[in-house]
Amino acid sequence: MELKGKRVIALGERDGIQGDSIASVARSAGAEVVLEVTHCFV
Amino acid sequence: MDKVGTEDLVVILGTPTAESSELYATTMVDGDPSWAGALAGTALGLPVFHVTEDAVKQQADASVYDEQVGVAEMVLELDEIRGAVKKVREGNGA
Amino acid sequence: MDARSVVIKGAKNFLAHTPGLVRHGSRPSRDIAGDSGVVEVIGERLRTFEEAGAYAPNRAYLGGLTPDELSRLDRPWYALGGDFERSQRYGRIMPEDEFYGVMKMMDDFDLLWLDQGFSRRVAESLAEKGGWTAEQLGKLESGVSAEQVAGQLGEGAGNLPMYLRGGELIGVMNAAHRQDASLFADVLLENLACKAAAVMAVKVLLEDLDLDPLSFPYILNSGEEAVGDRYQRGGGNLAKAIGKECGLVNSTGSDVKAFCTGPNHAVLLGAALISSGIFERLIVVGGCSLAKLGMKYQGHVRKGMPILEDVLAGSAILMERNCGVGPVLRLDSVGKHDVGAGGAQPAILAELVSKPLERLGLAYSDVDKYATEMHNPEVTEPAGSGNVPELNYKLIAALAVRGGQLERHEMPEFVSRHGMPGFSPTQGHIASAIPFMPHAVEGLSTGSLNRVMFLAKGSLFLGRMTQMSDGLSFIIEPND
Repeated sequence: MELKGKRVIALGERDGIQGDSIASVARSAGAEVVLEVTHCFV
Repeated sequence: MDKVGTEDLVVILGTPTAESSELYATTMVDGDPSWAGALAGTALGLPVFHVTEDAVKQQADASVYDEQVGVAEMVLELDEIRGAVKKVREGNGA
Repeated sequence: MDARSVVIKGAKNFLAHTPGLVRHGSRPSRDIAGDSGVVEVIGERLRTFEEAGAYAPNRAYLGGLTPDELSRLDRPWYALGGDFERSQRYGRIMPEDEFYGVMKMMDDFDLLWLDQGFSRRVAESLAEKGGWTAEQLGKLESGVSAEQVAGQLGEGAGNLPMYLRGGELIGVMNAAHRQDASLFADVLLENLACKAAAVMAVKVLLEDLDLDPLSFPYILNSGEEAVGDRYQRGGGNLAKAIGKECGLVNSTGSDVKAFCTGPNHAVLLGAALISSGIFERLIVVGGCSLAKLGMKYQGHVRKGMPILEDVLAGSAILMERNCGVGPVLRLDSVGKHDVGAGGAQPAILAELVSKPLERLGLAYSDVDKYATEMHNPEVTEPAGSGNVPELNYKLIAALAVRGGQLERHEMPEFVSRHGMPGFSPTQGHIASAIPFMPHAVEGLSTGSLNRVMFLAKGSLFLGRMTQMSDGLSFIIEPND
């Protein structure tokens, strides 16, 4: 799987790794982030 | 989802436990009517990874990864989480 | 003594055990709408008042146990049983029939209709316990007939049936408007329950600490419920409504909104009002979050457990100008998560923990206990949400490792020494740090604790207006 050029859905969780952290990682690999969400289950 | 289409899409998760990782990943692959959220109920068949898996980590800029995920990596049960997501992904044949 | 100094003079918690309302929690109500069989699935797993009262985390919340004592108990805690008192060291627990009665007494618009027989029975037991005015108890005198209740529950009426745990229909919550979603029955039920739980928390504070209601000039409400109609949804000032029911006739007040960080922001603003000399004393209160009842019931059912999200919680904190008694809130200790700080967990914790400690010249281990998000893990783990407080403690330990103050192998020891097990009901803002406040006040007063940090985070992104999180922290220390 190559991230470069892919479109990424970043599904974060408040008590894990947040959506914007995942998005930063994905962008640094050359991907485009099309959706960024952070869930909270508490 | 309706807006962007599913071509070239990859889902990256940041879930904190094996159980929640499996639930999310299953939703992304099979859809799951019992799981809340905007994506419930649709079989998406998307390739899904956890952000801490090597497949993601090795392609990321090391300093960005360390800043954003490094501390979380120190405290999460990584083997279990990675295993849970891999199991669902490979069950899908992706 | 610094004239600007502010103390936390006392704090009390409150629980209402409301199994009959679990069906009206957000998640259960949505599932029931899709499959009415869910009512039965839930009904089979609702606890009795005795079971909920004896539940060790609930006793820890009310001061019947210390968190350290709780940590020594084997899990599952729900299987332990035991004895309990309704009134405990740091608060009280109330059964559902009485709480319906309290909600009715708080109902200024006659929206909650209770069955006559039920209402009279509850009025008697509330009158016997004392603390209510004739006007408040008067709201329980009339009640309605079973036919009137049934008549309000016809198809499309938009009203909600009120049940007890065993399925007995005892009333109806009526909508206040046919077209205004902000005044629909479900929203008003949440708001009324929040008001009632907050009033109970303040009453416990006033009664147990023997405080004069007339001595308060201000009250700050930190709950998340959105009180208002369609033109001012979330307009709020539940604070003043709470103050009225508690006889704080010399008070006004306001609401502080910041998701689960609300209580910490309210304590900070309260400290500012006192430190500036505007007010001598005030109360910070938070009521319950009814929407969260049964939020993770599916996980509990799947694991064959009782449904543990069956209590509504409240919390009240007494803050005063420092006259020599009570732990001091260090005004120079505030940690805040700034707009520019970024949303990663470590970044938030660095702002809330690392930065203030560094500024004060303190080490991570100089804080005896970190009061963080105190969610009971027995509630969250079966739903796959992990152990929230433990994760926070591990992250703080990891920051200490990165800061060169701890060896990696020392992390578990740090977590057990400076952390504690989660014992709070998953009631949103209530679970954020403040459940430990009464424990901290006593520990810092008796000398068993020397320094406690309260840190709370808020999931602002849930409101879809920003992707940001929020967070705020402060330290309290003994009075010298």
